[in-house]
Amino acid sequence: MVTTVVNLESSALALILLFPALGVLFNLFCGARMGRRAVNVVGPGVMFLAFAAASWVFVRILALPRGDALTFTLWPWIEAGRFHVEFALRVDALSAVMVMIVTGIGAFIHLYSVGYMAHDDDFARFFTYMNLFALSMLILILASNLLMMFVGWEGVGLCSYLLIGFWYTNPQYAYNGRKAFIVNRIGDAGFILGMLTIIAALARGGVWTLDFTAIQAHAGLLTTGTATAACLLLFLGATGKSAQIPLYVWLPDAMVGPTPVSALIHAATMVTAGVYMVARLNFLFILAPDAMTVVATIGALTAFFAGTIAIVQPDIKKVLAYSTISQLGYMFLGVGSGAFAAGIFHVMTHAFFKGLLFLCAGSVIHALGGEQDMNKMGALRKHLPITFWTMLAATLAIAAVPGFSGYFSKDLILEGAYESGHVWLWGLGVLTAGITGFYMFRLLFMTFFGESRVDPDKLHHLHESPPAMTIPLVVLAIASVVGGWAGLPKGLLWGDAFARFLAPVVGNFKPAVEASALGLSAAATIVGLLGILLAYICYIRMPGLPKIIAWRAKSLYDVLMEKYYIDELYNLIVTRPLFFVSNVILNRGIDRFAIDGAVNGVGVSVRAGSQLARRSETGNVQHYAFVYVLGVVGVVAYYLYLVRH
Amino acid sequence: MVTLPYLMALSAAIFAIGVLGFLTRRNILVMFMSVELMLNAVNLAFIALGSRLGTMDGQVIVFFVMTVAAAEAAVGLAIIISIFRGRETVHADDLTMLRW
Amino acid sequence: MPIALFWFLAAVSVISALGVVLQRNPIHCLLALIVTLLAIAVMFIGEDAVVVGFLQAIVYGGAIMVLFLFVIWLLNLGVEVGPSGHLALKLFGTIAVAAMTAELMAFVLPPHLQVKFAGHAAGYGSIDSLSQTLFSEYLVAFEVTSVLLLVAVVGAVALARRSSAAEIEQHAADTARKAQRVS
Repeated sequence: MVTTVVNLESSALALILLFPALGVLFNLFCGARMGRRAVNVVGPGVMFLAFAAASWVFVRILALPRGDALTFTLWPWIEAGRFHVEFALRVDALSAVMVMIVTGIGAFIHLYSVGYMAHDDDFARFFTYMNLFALSMLILILASNLLMMFVGWEGVGLCSYLLIGFWYTNPQYAYNGRKAFIVNRIGDAGFILGMLTIIAALARGGVWTLDFTAIQAHAGLLTTGTATAACLLLFLGATGKSAQIPLYVWLPDAMVGPTPVSALIHAATMVTAGVYMVARLNFLFILAPDAMTVVATIGALTAFFAGTIAIVQPDIKKVLAYSTISQLGYMFLGVGSGAFAAGIFHVMTHAFFKGLLFLCAGSVIHALGGEQDMNKMGALRKHLPITFWTMLAATLAIAAVPGFSGYFSKDLILEGAYESGHVWLWGLGVLTAGITGFYMFRLLFMTFFGESRVDPDKLHHLHESPPAMTIPLVVLAIASVVGGWAGLPKGLLWGDAFARFLAPVVGNFKPAVEASALGLSAAATIVGLLGILLAYICYIRMPGLPKIIAWRAKSLYDVLMEKYYIDELYNLIVTRPLFFVSNVILNRGIDRFAIDGAVNGVGVSVRAGSQLARRSETGNVQHYAFVYVLGVVGVVAYYLYLVRH
Repeated sequence: MVTLPYLMALSAAIFAIGVLGFLTRRNILVMFMSVELMLNAVNLAFIALGSRLGTMDGQVIVFFVMTVAAAEAAVGLAIIISIFRGRETVHADDLTMLRW
Repeated sequence: MPIALFWFLAAVSVISALGVVLQRNPIHCLLALIVTLLAIAVMFIGEDAVVVGFLQAIVYGGAIMVLFLFVIWLLNLGVEVGPSGHLALKLFGTIAVAAMTAELMAFVLPPHLQVKFAGHAAGYGSIDSLSQTLFSEYLVAFEVTSVLLLVAVVGAVALARRSSAAEIEQHAADTARKAQRVS
């Protein structure tokens, strides 16, 4: 793989990072003073500039020979003996796609935020955090080595925490922010251990670096066992960042943040970092088939698991959150089956339609003055037309209705799953497709159709959103429709251009099992349409049906409503024992009792000793003289001894 | 012949008597006088040693000791007078103000 | 000096020393002390330390003892009154002193302290030789001692002076202010 370093083009890479960085500095230091207008221009503005730089870079990548990359070194970072890591940027086909997604969708969501946060006084802090997030995400994507990617990884985790708890005056929101950060941290521990495993394995062969190109070149130095260990540890980090089993629990609670945050961070970009990492390290995962199987299995299970929870949630954002977890599961199913391009393809389409779904939800919530319970919505079609039509486009996309973007990407993933031999996982994926169709159209019907269950006092308020919010909706809706046309089934028009574009970086997918693409697609589509039909029946035709089913299958319904009691389980087996150890053993036992006791004990014994010693200060000079005489006796005795001997 | 040990023994005896007086008596002035006794015993020892060793150093030192003893007596008695003015007593038991 | 003289002077000095220590009346103690001083002064002269011997009599007996006497008169002290308790101190003190004496004797009496004495040079102990040594080897000490005397005089005067009425008032005011600050 030939890498090219060309100065002018490469410096555009730095520009991609520079613009958001400038945005952060401006908003942080001058934002509040310069006023809302300035921040509203700078915040989204820097993102659009970054998008422009990214587009320019993308065009250059297209022009380069396939497989080439642009690099740009910012500065030599770590020089520790033979181990050296640079702070350097590298863009190839894979990262070019990701950068376009992040900057493009990011720019439009920043624009949307201008309208959404129009009544919030903390606009400067908001855009500071949003720009900071963009900066961190771009560092993650553009990193040329694993350690720098981790810097971005941590950065987005930080911004996620900051933005979830943006309205920090509410203790629950702050708690949710902490929960997100801490759960992520557990994953990060896995990531670090994975990195160390790779360093150690490479070091044995004399290679002391974490550069992606270097790892790829010397991948032979890792035994299967080592590679499996490293990949599993890194994947643990991915389960944290990308909300898979077992570390997904923070994502539903992250919905307390402002909706643009949910759209950008928890749907379109940050949560896909795990998928990107696996795709970026495809050469490593290929060496560990067992790890890949684990990835695919967890992906499929999570997809199904989250989908079942989404069926019963009343909060519109919670449904979308579990939907995100479910769709991320699909992506991991894709990359775990070896279909890396398919996984990334779904990242792209998902960014379009899920981002759009969140923005539409935000539009609805905004119009209803903060209402998020779908039981209090209904018949909003007339009042919010733009929102409705764009949300319809997104829903059709996510339900994988043929022709829309989600159809192509999901199909590619399921095809990959089946053809790599994971038939059961494929079945699970198909089933989940049906569930997806069901809960997404449930959401659509409950919100926009039927009878209005809206609070009467909220009805006056009801209006379509301002252009700052509706323009991004329209743009993303168009993307949701046409975005999938980048990867058509083989033989159709230009075929799988997307996969071919990424092939030099992630390799070509080699099927282990031959199958008819059309047959697989048909199966998945039919199940999906059945799900939509079921939703139609339950929520349009016979509105009373859901309640009857819930009543009939009460225990199952409760389990789903309570998210399988996972949070309670974690609390029991992790949080409580940890608190016990910290508080009882370490705090009271060791810190207070032993250490403080010892220190205080020294003080106490000194005190006691001095109380005893002060009694020799009688004030009577004859007592002192007496002691003196004793001393003289002693000294003379010593001299006598010396003289005698 | 009066040899050195005789003189030194005498000096030691007077010194011991001085110490005994200091430890035993309650009257501050008598304690002070015991101190003077001790000083004199030491003076005797210096003279004796200086004489037997044939050097004038002993006498010079005694000269200084005498001078300093005079100064010390003056100041010490002045202190005693001040104490007496405040407390109307020179009994050692009553003068334990430096007690803990 | 002849042995007989030595024994006589030794007896006198020891007995009067004991008198200093054991007498009830402070004036009697003082007189005993003067006798001791004079006996020691004679012993000085016997050891050819003529100048110092005379100085001893004049300075010690004439000046310091007179000072003591004046103070005793000034304070109008009589016989020691009150309990002379502290039997423990007396007992242990006596034991300690006895031990010390025994040790000192053991140190001083044995032959190792013998020195060859061949008689004094001419002019030993005269004012000439005293001044020679004093103003050459011990010059600094001499100067320092003169300063010491000056300081002692000033100090004694300052200590023994009665405060004027103004000073008493000032002292009272200072004490009151300090007490306020502490509280």
